[in-house]
Amino acid sequence: MTVAPETDTPPVPEGYVRLTVDGRRIDAPKGELIIRTAERMGVVIPRFCDHPLLDPAGACRQCLVEVEVNGKAMPKPQASCTMTVADGMVVRTQHTSPAADKAQQGIMELLLINHPLDCPICDKGGECPLQNQALKHGRSESRFRDTKRTFAKPIPITSQVLLDRERCVLCQRCTRFAKQVAGDPFIEMLERGALQQVGTAEHHSGQSYFSGNTIQICPVGALTSTAYRFRSRPFDLVSTPGVCEHCASGCSQRTDWRRGKVMRRLAGEDPEVNEEWNCDKGRFAFRYATATDRFTRPLVRDRSSGELREASWTEALRTAADGLVTARDARGVGVLPGGRVTMEDAYAYSKFARMALGTNDIDHRARVHSDEELEFLSSTVVGTAPDAGGVTYADLENAPAVLCAAFEPEEESPIVFLRLRKAARKHTRVFHLGQWNSPGVEKTVAVAGAGGPLHSGDLLPCPPGGEAAALDELPAEADEALRQPGAVLVLGERAAHVTGLHSAAVRLARRTGARIAWVPRRAGERGAIEAGTTPTLLPGGRMVTDSRARADIERAWGLKPTMLPDTPGRDTGGILAATASGELSGLLVGGVDPDDLPDPALARRALERADFVVSLEMRPTVATERADVVLPIAPTVEKSGTFLNWEGRAREFAVTIESTGSLPDCRVLDTLAVEMDVDLFTQTPAAVAGELERLGSHDGRRPQPPDVPASPAAEPGPGQVLLATWHQLLDNGSLQDSEPHLAGTARPTAARLSARTAQEFGVRTGQHVTVGAAGGTVTVEAEVVDMPDRTVWLPTNSGPSKVDRELGVGHGALVDLAADVPAPPGAAPASPDPSRPDNPAGPAVQEGTAPTGSRRAGDSGGSHSEGSRA
Amino acid sequence: MTDAANPPEGTNPLTPVLTRRWLSPRSWTLHTYEQLEGYSALRTALSAHPDQLIELVKAAGLRGRGGAGFPAGVKWGFMPKEPSKPHYLVINADEGEPGTCKDVPLMMADPHSLIEGCVIAAYAMRAHHCMIYVRGEALHCVRRLHQAVREAYESGYLGRDILGSGFDLDVVVHAGAGAYICGEETALLDSLEGKRGQPRLKPPFPAQAGLYACPTTVNNVETIASVPYVVNGGSDWFRTMGREKSPGPKIYSLSGHVENPGQYEAPLGTTLRELLELAGGMKDGVPLKFWTPGGSSTPLLTADHLDVPLDFEGATEAGTMLGTTALMIFNETVSVPWAVMKWTQFYEHESCGKCTPCREGCFWLAQVLERMVDGRGTEEDIDTLLDVCDNILGRSFCALGDGAVSPITSGIKYFRDEFLALCERNRSTETADTALVGAAR
Ligand SMILES: Cc1cc2nc3c(=O)[nH]c(=O)nc-3n(C[C@H](O)[C@H](O)[C@H](O)COP(=O)(O)O)c2cc1C
Ligand code: SF4
Ligand code: SF4
Ligand code: SF4
Ligand code: FES
Repeated sequence: MTVAPETDTPPVPEGYVRLTVDGRRIDAPKGELIIRTAERMGVVIPRFCDHPLLDPAGACRQCLVEVEVNGKAMPKPQASCTMTVADGMVVRTQHTSPAADKAQQGIMELLLINHPLDCPICDKGGECPLQNQALKHGRSESRFRDTKRTFAKPIPITSQVLLDRERCVLCQRCTRFAKQVAGDPFIEMLERGALQQVGTAEHHSGQSYFSGNTIQICPVGALTSTAYRFRSRPFDLVSTPGVCEHCASGCSQRTDWRRGKVMRRLAGEDPEVNEEWNCDKGRFAFRYATATDRFTRPLVRDRSSGELREASWTEALRTAADGLVTARDARGVGVLPGGRVTMEDAYAYSKFARMALGTNDIDHRARVHSDEELEFLSSTVVGTAPDAGGVTYADLENAPAVLCAAFEPEEESPIVFLRLRKAARKHTRVFHLGQWNSPGVEKTVAVAGAGGPLHSGDLLPCPPGGEAAALDELPAEADEALRQPGAVLVLGERAAHVTGLHSAAVRLARRTGARIAWVPRRAGERGAIEAGTTPTLLPGGRMVTDSRARADIERAWGLKPTMLPDTPGRDTGGILAATASGELSGLLVGGVDPDDLPDPALARRALERADFVVSLEMRPTVATERADVVLPIAPTVEKSGTFLNWEGRAREFAVTIESTGSLPDCRVLDTLAVEMDVDLFTQTPAAVAGELERLGSHDGRRPQPPDVPASPAAEPGPGQVLLATWHQLLDNGSLQDSEPHLAGTARPTAARLSARTAQEFGVRTGQHVTVGAAGGTVTVEAEVVDMPDRTVWLPTNSGPSKVDRELGVGHGALVDLAADVPAPPGAAPASPDPSRPDNPAGPAVQEGTAPTGSRRAGDSGGSHSEGSRA
Repeated sequence: MTDAANPPEGTNPLTPVLTRRWLSPRSWTLHTYEQLEGYSALRTALSAHPDQLIELVKAAGLRGRGGAGFPAGVKWGFMPKEPSKPHYLVINADEGEPGTCKDVPLMMADPHSLIEGCVIAAYAMRAHHCMIYVRGEALHCVRRLHQAVREAYESGYLGRDILGSGFDLDVVVHAGAGAYICGEETALLDSLEGKRGQPRLKPPFPAQAGLYACPTTVNNVETIASVPYVVNGGSDWFRTMGREKSPGPKIYSLSGHVENPGQYEAPLGTTLRELLELAGGMKDGVPLKFWTPGGSSTPLLTADHLDVPLDFEGATEAGTMLGTTALMIFNETVSVPWAVMKWTQFYEHESCGKCTPCREGCFWLAQVLERMVDGRGTEEDIDTLLDVCDNILGRSFCALGDGAVSPITSGIKYFRDEFLALCERNRSTETADTALVGAAR
């Protein structure tokens, strides 16, 4: 079938080839797989093993087509998912080739002979590629009348993924995902022939933060979610696009729900952000919103009993308004919105602080923070976005080199981690300035390419607290790599622990030309900066000290000139200190858990001392115990809004579960303001978004970036070591409780130290060590790893390792270290969970989460069993 | 040697080239080998330019003896000329094809010819590492190779600066773990790397990214052992044996119902009739019923095919393949469906499981055949067998799937009546003990 030469045939573009598929001519980029080219033309070739984000396997043979090259028909049908296009190629799919059609039907029949066909009770039934393609391309009757291969029904793959081997079509998508994308080969193919099966890998801990993705890419119902299986059918569910609220990666999601209840969450497709992946936290941690201890009605503290009691909105708002006015007029009120707010809600807090409370004492940073950081954010971060000079995921993927400083991508922004790994598998050299070769570091620095060579970056070890000095004097190799155009320096939010680190980052960027990306942990952080919830910035990055910028806002907010406070306010630490010392009278708190703050004791003192506390929250926290008024607010699924992810990219989402009667923060603040005779005009997130849009970003001057000299790491004295610490993705965080299956895949809690330090302090792997500081002690199991001497690493908030709360010091601090007396037998936390023989992490972590849960009133752990809420 | 290679028409058709030392006392020792021209080709080769050797092997027309018959010189030519990464030569000594018995005897009787071939081939391909992947069950053979390799190192034929040429080569003998699929060259590479042996996606071909993602050539034992003779005898001499497109001598291994089973080295193109004569004819004179030309993966032939020239072209013309020249010979006492069932059970057991058609198809085919042999088949089953075979052939990921259907399609093609007879029996619900003479279960 040659196409007659036409005079007006356009030339084949550079880098393309011209072929015909089912008689239609098409130009395709060189190297494209036939199956993709066909897809672009709307010709769908059935497939199972093929997945655009995995290396081709050619295993299922479902995608066979007839191919002619150089005018010669190839004798066998070809797998269109492994063969690349060529000039002059003629492809005939099942639509035009009886041979291809027969081949596909044959494969389909073969795939079904050993399939249990238990569609009526299968989670995938109704959304199953096997079911769909069997109906489309299969025979209606099977000729198979012998005995099917059977296996025992499900076996656990991780605590949250179960495998039904009978249903598996052995496409290897799950194992390839685990190996290639996540870098956690926790599953692999075992046995051979018809007994081939997916199984847990022999030399792997089974730990992965990404295993939930395998459920989603499995083209049959072989992999099911422990929490979701058998709970609903796809066709009973309503699917609503959403955005994950857990971290600043900004994953797109699909939320499936029915009768007002979320049943499961899936990764949404967004090639620019999360591609098709989610981390397990985002996928599985959503039941906090239906926890039994959620507030549904406002609470007011009863004058006589001193207890909180339910109240009407009218009464609660009146009481809150009166109290806030009194406090404001006394010595003032500080505002702590927390880092999980949407941009719209943050904007309402910003406006409320300035208009209703007349203060710049507002800071959403419920975490370690510094003036230097604020200068860095105001000069270098605010206002950046994918189309406004910001670093993007694509930039990371295309960078020749990336250096991560004070940032552990896998723990602190999982999708950034996946993208760095993807980049490293192609060409990017990834460097990490840190303390030890954590799994996340290993998986991004030494990566086997697709049959290709090894690309590697390196860990650049430095003592905790010494990061700034190290950045000023990078090894030549890293320094040179960062001088290549497109190189990126990624700075985590914990840079605020290290004096001079933000400044050193700016110096490095100047010196090498590398661009800076700043990646916070919480989903709301980035948007809150734009919305103006810091003591020095108004919305749009306008400085409170800049009269023209203030005038802009005064106009927009309908204020008389000079009505906005013009001196920078207090930051989180300042607000808490001032409240604790009586310099401030009141606090307006938005879902901040004092235990997340760098100094929980100070936060407690502040709450204790404040004359009046209003708390906007969803579930009880330590703040609740002290609040005079608690105003319930809506969880993400019940409201609309926007998160800005770390790129500064707007991630908008609509209401998923409607009409629950719960209100977003912006609405609550709007009504509260009305009670205080102030109009915020923030009734709805849409109204806020409109106002933000009209305001636009600020084009006036930006402050100079900070230039704080690097301070060297502290010098440990006798019996002392330096503390290195950061959060694990899965830890004691309150949005993850009531998710036991998810907790089962958390990393084991351990104190890590070098062999030399271990020897010096007489510690062996598996033995317990006690880390002590002024605030208290933490005792956990020790693990010897490669790490700078005289350093101990602890997870910030995992199991018993609650660094902020128990130690009261942070990364880079000097702490005492002592080997613990051997734990009595039986007390060892590593007794394996019988339901999860492959992951000894399970019980230790679950034990660790228990205190968090039991601290909460009315949350007796067990009440979260699925049955009780069904 | 030349006399043997140029037998006058009608005289003894044996051409003992590869096998000519086999009957010498202690033929496997370096001493014997050196006495009988051993390592003389190596000296010649090391004084030549590597590319000259590749050209020589091309000119000789030496084709791969592992089954597919790919021209060895052409394959060597795919290796990059300027090594930017290590090059590997891998010897396929897995010999798993049912009925095949030539590589193990060769390595037992004359291991140094393989080692000499390895050094020459490695030199031609600029490889400094050579792995010999030996079928795990052949422990005796692994031991013999270890011994021979040790001797070769001790005498300077392996290791640093071989014979003062400046060329270095290390040889590693590696025992497989008993999977037929690990004879497939890419699965073999995975297995060598310590992974579970499953065929790899091509491209990249081994010459681009083979062992440890480095340029690699995989050759069969017999292919490489032929190389020293090509070097010594020259391409013209080599072409005096065999036929135009399939030159050279070949070790035919005869098994089954023949008087003297064993290895017979004869020019490519020799017929079964001639080979049977050499092997003393059919055992006890019971007539021939069917046979495989090159292992069970090659479609079987019948007594009508006694004069098919057994070279690559001749076999193809007869609708089969030369394969490994493993002639399994069956007399009239053997039931074809039973033999086909046994072979199919082998493929079902050995299918690696990677691709649907072979994994599921062999599972299905084996059950149908077992049922038929058990007298519970139907005529429809024959159609199903053929159609399932059609759905496997040319659809599988590697050639194992293609091979698996050969016995069934060829068995039904030539002996459909026997399959039908099993169904007949089914219909008449007879439970007689007839027919299955060979079925010693
Ligand atoms: C299932 C299967 C098994 C094979 N087993 C062997 C074997 O045991 N020995 C061998 O030399 N080649 C075997 N081959 C062929 C090899 O893949 C490869 O073609 C051969 O080693 C190349 O060597 P040659 O070019 O010297 O023949 C097998 C192929 C397949 C598909
Ligand atoms: S479990 Fe699912 S994804 Fe994994 S191999 Fe089986 S069918 Fe494929
Ligand atoms: S990576 Fe972050 S945004 Fe994505 S699913 Fe996980 S927690 Fe949510
Ligand atoms: S044909 Fe497929 S299943 Fe069979 S051995 Fe080859 S790759 Fe494995
Ligand atoms: S989709 Fe092409 S072989 Fe599986």
